[in-house]
Amino acid sequence: MSNPRMSLRALDSASLDKSEVEPAHSLWMDALRRLVRNPGAVAGAVLLTLLILAAILAPYITRYDPVKMVPSERLKPPSAQYWLGTDPFGRDIYTRIVYGSRISLRMGIISVAIASLLGVTGGLIAGYVGGRLDTLIMRLVDITLAFPGILLALVIIAVLGPSLFNAMIAVGISASPTYARVTRGMVLKTKAEVYIESAVAIGCRPLRIILRHILPNILGPIVVVATLGVAGAIISGAALSFLGLGATPPTPEWGLMLSDGRNYLRAAWWITTFPGVAIVITVLSINLLGDGLRDALDPHMQR
Amino acid sequence: MTMTRYAAQRLLITIPTMLAITVLVFSMLQLVPGDPAEIFLGEHQSSPELLAQVRHDMGLDRPLHIQYLSYLWGILHGDLGVSLYTNQPVLKQIMDALPYTLELALSSLLISTILGVVLGVVSALKHNTWVDSVSMALALVGVSMPVFWLGLMLIFFFSVRLRWFPPMGQGGLDRLVLPALALGLLSSATLARLVRSSMLEVLSEDYIRTARAKGLRERAVIIRHALRNALIPAVTVLGLQFGGLLSGAVITETVFARVGLGRMYVEAILNKDITMVQGLTLMIALSIMVINLVVDLSYAMLDPRIRYE
Repeated sequence: MSNPRMSLRALDSASLDKSEVEPAHSLWMDALRRLVRNPGAVAGAVLLTLLILAAILAPYITRYDPVKMVPSERLKPPSAQYWLGTDPFGRDIYTRIVYGSRISLRMGIISVAIASLLGVTGGLIAGYVGGRLDTLIMRLVDITLAFPGILLALVIIAVLGPSLFNAMIAVGISASPTYARVTRGMVLKTKAEVYIESAVAIGCRPLRIILRHILPNILGPIVVVATLGVAGAIISGAALSFLGLGATPPTPEWGLMLSDGRNYLRAAWWITTFPGVAIVITVLSINLLGDGLRDALDPHMQR
Repeated sequence: MTMTRYAAQRLLITIPTMLAITVLVFSMLQLVPGDPAEIFLGEHQSSPELLAQVRHDMGLDRPLHIQYLSYLWGILHGDLGVSLYTNQPVLKQIMDALPYTLELALSSLLISTILGVVLGVVSALKHNTWVDSVSMALALVGVSMPVFWLGLMLIFFFSVRLRWFPPMGQGGLDRLVLPALALGLLSSATLARLVRSSMLEVLSEDYIRTARAKGLRERAVIIRHALRNALIPAVTVLGLQFGGLLSGAVITETVFARVGLGRMYVEAILNKDITMVQGLTLMIALSIMVINLVVDLSYAMLDPRIRYE
């Protein structure tokens, strides 16, 4: 590298970090060891596993049809027959919540996949290539910051039109700036390391450097952001469906179920209570796991 | 660099971003499937002549860059066009609803700030005790809870069961309490987590030890030395919080059937009222940029160590 200051800084940080240099595989093993010692993270992981199992085994652990209406059974309170009661269309709420977990988990995973694909790619390019491309990408990130929370998703849905799939795209795109920022910051830090300089010196092509040498080293923070991102995406997706801008009836989607129950607060509290509990438990378990991962991957953060 | 120069410079940087936002908002009209003139005519099935006439009246038959410039010209003169749905000026409708959203956002900001700072500071001071564990557990549940569900539960307990507050509508303090609580409680959870970690960091600084060593009362150490420094990152988040509250207002206003910008936005999307969507998008983006500017400036004032670069 021709820039002497750059290499000096790289040498500097290399000598500082000497005490922390360990075989490559042990970072993740150490993190895993710290993770299993964190009771919150373990509880989150166990809950999440149960939820994923419930989503997969939905037909085997429920007795009713999630969408078929049964007029004679409307608004039944919780009982041995209907564990969590029935909705205004006579559908079993427990069944709908179990099937709804498929939609919410899919919502969380697909949105985060979109967000990280866009954001991490953008961040890698901005951080590694720099220059005008960096400015352009970061300006775009700045603009999206003027639409916090669910607002950017609303703008995107206004253009794409309301639907469950568009909600996933909208939530994914609106979360991507965070990934871009985190990735770019990490790339800039990693780029100054000696091993990157060596890779450049022996003539590695940029794509190889990015994929083989930079990406694996910055994966930790991205995994943390993505895990917590799944939780956020599930809430945003449910919110959009609640507003009528996501899933459409009769889909057993948790946000939509809450919206269905709004007019029955007086007569049937169970319709609005249980789908909400399902959202809280799901999001809480992912947040617990995400917080645990953050502490495990960054021991300096632990207090 | 002086504060004034920093402020001026910061303002100058904002202008290109604002222009970029107007371009994006303008292009929404082109990106949306369907012809705005047809949406405007709606049910009244139209002759091609009538459609051409409306397109001409709306200026849709002009070249794109001319359309954009006249759109920008309109914005600068406070003209955001006419709603395709209600046929009323967009800006007037926004201004009519603005006070309700503002009272919701400000009152929940108040709730979240008080609660968030108190919870965060107390847990930091009682670090690793049951007080800390309980309040952080509460905060974690808070950040995991959707605002529309908390809103519905508040309506259920305080309106349906206890009959303390009316369940919906706007105007008057009694109709503000529940929506402000729903929104404020949730954002206080985020704030509490942040204040706690920032406070813990500050409490381990040398100057805190110095302050204690020179015999200051604990109260003075906490309030004058620790809290002031711990709140600096909280102020940045407060700015973001305000944006978050505006976005939360979209949902809260729908839950409580309140008039406001958020509910207007959702209805505009559902009604395919694209001029209204454009107007609201623009107003929200601009106001959040202004808030971020104010936050940045107050950040610099709170922390004299920050030199404006």
